[in-house]
Amino acid sequence: MNPFTHNSPAAAPKAPSVLCRSLATLIRVLPLVAISLLLALGSAGCSKKSDDVIKVGEFASLTGKEATFGTSSHEGTLLAIEELNATGGVLGKKIELITEDNLSKAGESGTVVTKLIDRDGVVAILGEVASSRSLEAAPICQRSQIPMISPSSTNPKVTETGDYIFRVCFIDPFQGTVMANFASKTLKAKKVAVFTDVKSDYSKGLAKYFKEGFTEAGGEISAELDFNGGDKDFKAQLTAIKTAAPDAVFVPGYYTDVALICIQAKQLGLNVPLFGGDGWESDDLIKIGKEAVEGNYFSTHYHPEVSSPKSKQFVEAYKKRFKNQDGSPKAPDAMAALGYDSAIILAEAMKRAGTTEGAKVRDALAAMKDFEGATGKTNINEKRDATKPAVILQVKGGVFKYVETISP
Amino acid sequence: MQLGAKRWLIAAVLVAFGVSALSGYFNRYYLGIAIDVGISIILAVSLNLINGHTGQFSLGHAGFMAVGGFTAAKLTLELTPSVPAAAQPALFVGAMLAGGLVAALAGLAVGLPSLRLKGDYLAIVTLGFGEIIRVIFQTSPAFGAATGLTGIPKFTTLFWTWSAAALTVYVVASLVNSTYGRGFLCVHDDEVAAAAMGINPTRYKVTAFVTGAFFAGMAGALYAHHKQVLKPDGFDFMKSIDVVVMVILGGMGNTVGVILAAILLTVLPELLRGFADYRMIVYSLLIIGLMLLRPQGLFNLRRRESRSAAAN
Repeated sequence: MNPFTHNSPAAAPKAPSVLCRSLATLIRVLPLVAISLLLALGSAGCSKKSDDVIKVGEFASLTGKEATFGTSSHEGTLLAIEELNATGGVLGKKIELITEDNLSKAGESGTVVTKLIDRDGVVAILGEVASSRSLEAAPICQRSQIPMISPSSTNPKVTETGDYIFRVCFIDPFQGTVMANFASKTLKAKKVAVFTDVKSDYSKGLAKYFKEGFTEAGGEISAELDFNGGDKDFKAQLTAIKTAAPDAVFVPGYYTDVALICIQAKQLGLNVPLFGGDGWESDDLIKIGKEAVEGNYFSTHYHPEVSSPKSKQFVEAYKKRFKNQDGSPKAPDAMAALGYDSAIILAEAMKRAGTTEGAKVRDALAAMKDFEGATGKTNINEKRDATKPAVILQVKGGVFKYVETISP
Repeated sequence: MQLGAKRWLIAAVLVAFGVSALSGYFNRYYLGIAIDVGISIILAVSLNLINGHTGQFSLGHAGFMAVGGFTAAKLTLELTPSVPAAAQPALFVGAMLAGGLVAALAGLAVGLPSLRLKGDYLAIVTLGFGEIIRVIFQTSPAFGAATGLTGIPKFTTLFWTWSAAALTVYVVASLVNSTYGRGFLCVHDDEVAAAAMGINPTRYKVTAFVTGAFFAGMAGALYAHHKQVLKPDGFDFMKSIDVVVMVILGGMGNTVGVILAAILLTVLPELLRGFADYRMIVYSLLIIGLMLLRPQGLFNLRRRESRSAAAN
């Protein structure tokens, strides 16, 4: 009579020996039972209770396709927590960092963050690099009134979720404004051409805010041209740009396109500086572009050379703690520095609030001004985004050289 | 048999209602997993109709789920502000059905031309379809392009999920056990023989495909209003594979087995969190182990039981 299997013949078995049958069933199910028992034991063993620590949750993409970003960010956060604990922790308690991996998969972050909050009882959440995964976690933290700090999600939507969601990096629109300042003040450009990747929201956003900022500063946009990310030939647009005779060209794109654009600009004799945003930051830019990218500029979150004592200290500690595969000290990237900052700014907020209570920590975070971190001074604005300096780097001799820091 | 199945359905809905009424006392982490389990059951049981009962190897289930999810989420996002709070559950059910129907239409559109193919060829066509769906959502600004949809209202509850799961199991089980449904099994066993007996294989295959797609679309709608964020990336090929693994592990064409496999494969990764970095390795090892121990499927007792009973 079981409706769920089509394999059963219509007639029920005559049940000659119920005992015999159930024994046989038991033997067949035994491996399953054994496995589930093992799992139950395994999961029971790992939950420990203690009140003398402050539990902080972190969700990161430690495995999967964005594992490099997640690992960098996690290492920065881990270093910060270790340093804090070595100097006595926060509010007289040690911090316990509970890290969960979301496999870089959509749909996982929500589960993981609910687990951290509702099962582990963390008082704050740190994460993530990718905006899409931060957006998954943000509504859960907001509903549970647990402060969440994203180290490096730049999409403006993330902190718009609610008043418990913060970030320690700048947002996309800000970067456009920074490059406008850079073009008018440092490059002393009067006329700039803008070359936008119309396929990418990121590029369109940067271009929009650059144009607004640059015209406000008294500059003139002499040409506006588009390309599609993935194009190979940019000569038609570059020729048009050359005709407009700009002092510089703003190219807010990703490094593979940018490298080709730089090469073709040089071939056409367009000898003005090209500059862009953090989408340029990759060793591949130099590998593909070679000498054609020399002398060009881009903005990013952080550079190890930046001369604040706090960031020097961070770079030293990071190199000591983490090694490359060949055993040489590992230089921290922007993700690591931001991961570090997200943890120390949280600790500072708890100190200032004098408690780990969500609402009070949130207020302390919202009031955070001039906080000195590894990536420079961080100010939290009324939208809970960090207004902080961006660094401008220049490609020089096949490496990224620090040029200057631009404050908002 | 029909009576038995209906009793099961009513019992399951009552249990869902009862548990859901108490859900305020549960830890939200476990509640979330219970909802994940329900969604997995819908996906696995509906794919089982296509892959297991009808024997058509489809790799496009995540695509149908995406269609249902995005349709329903778009509807609730547009309509929620103009609907009074009391009518919102009705809106959700409407959106869920709409998601299912649009997914079923997509199933029809894909199924009609491609179900004349067999085996591996069909697998490749459905795989391609899944990818097309994902890319369409990824590039259309109306659905948020690459960022996807955010701020979807949290309508999914344990009650809706488990009721939908019970409904899926009921419909699939009664369909397969009906006179009409025996056609699916005929097509599975031997297409040529089935055609010779006057059964139109393509029609049966399309029916299975459309029904499966409908429930996958409903699962997508539940998923969207559970996670509150939809990103096209989440519906890639790997998501389809996850469901296929549930069906194979549970035993092709065995509903109880597939339900158990869906529960196991959803809960297992959570139980394994204690292993930290090695979690996915342990998970994969367990799947390999289970496959070796029980190649006939997790819960394929009935067939052997009746055979041993006959021997007795």
